[in-house]
Amino acid sequence: MTDEPELDLDLTGELVRPYVITNGRDLPSDNSFSVITLVTATEGARDTRVLGPEARHVLELCSGGFLSVVEVAGHTKLPLGVVRILLADLAESGLLTTRAPISHSQRTDEKLLNNVLIGLKARFGA
Amino acid sequence: MYSSASRLDSERDDVYVDSAVRTLAKVLVVGHFGVGKTTCIGSISEIEPLRTEELITEASTGLDDLSGTPHKKTTTVAMDFGRLTLSDELVLYMFGTPGQERFKELWEDLSRGALGALVLVDPQRLSESFPVLDLVERFDLPYAIGVNYFDGTRSYPLDEIREALNLKEETPIVPCDVRDQISSARALITLVTYLLSRLD
Repeated sequence: MTDEPELDLDLTGELVRPYVITNGRDLPSDNSFSVITLVTATEGARDTRVLGPEARHVLELCSGGFLSVVEVAGHTKLPLGVVRILLADLAESGLLTTRAPISHSQRTDEKLLNNVLIGLKARFGA
Repeated sequence: MYSSASRLDSERDDVYVDSAVRTLAKVLVVGHFGVGKTTCIGSISEIEPLRTEELITEASTGLDDLSGTPHKKTTTVAMDFGRLTLSDELVLYMFGTPGQERFKELWEDLSRGALGALVLVDPQRLSESFPVLDLVERFDLPYAIGVNYFDGTRSYPLDEIREALNLKEETPIVPCDVRDQISSARALITLVTYLLSRLD
């Protein structure tokens, strides 16, 4: 174990084109992966040898519990669009399950807004 | 090694969303560059604010394309976000969204399903908030204004700010110091209270 100087190289950043990371797949056209959709690895997601390094990284991160799509992007430092494709791929292979936000018309959901308000007041005592 | 393993576990507890959570909501914290979006999110988020980048295409104004098709280039736009667990089963995400017109692709994505927006304004640079107000109105996002008083800023009467920004009478406007947790939380509470009042 030697102390090596940290290289200022971000191999998942600009040195690898998104197209390569996603195996040439395009962005999913539907909205099954909204920024706040929760994802987690399935129990059986063990054999990850066939996955690319980024997909494996994403899956490893997701094996610890639930995270939103945008948090996966934040932790892995991969572009959001790339993460969406990787997650869609993993879900298709049965390695990942998702929990979508309940509804798209939340803005008029009085119960939800009330719960948000109660939660904020309880948390901050304001 | 056991101690480091358990430390990892406790860190993980903070990283992940509780598995009982069923309801996910989001609000946008918007404003021009440097107005304090990230500071605001950081002061109330339960996780260290994260940054993510999205690739966007924008039309280039360059005339170097001989094929006659519009020249497009891809750029990245960064956004910061935070998270708040509000009950056993409810989590609220806060997205700091840059206010430039050229990021409207990102706005389209983020505003979908959002409860509303907290628009942060700097009382000394009010006109810089015009583009972002245009965006929230175009995307039909209900919003409240948080007037961020930086250290040493003299106070401006809120009704003058309301007039300068051409705000509707019903639009709430609240002074805040985004570095302060309770102050930022109050601004968010003002927004949600307003969102509820609109349903009556």
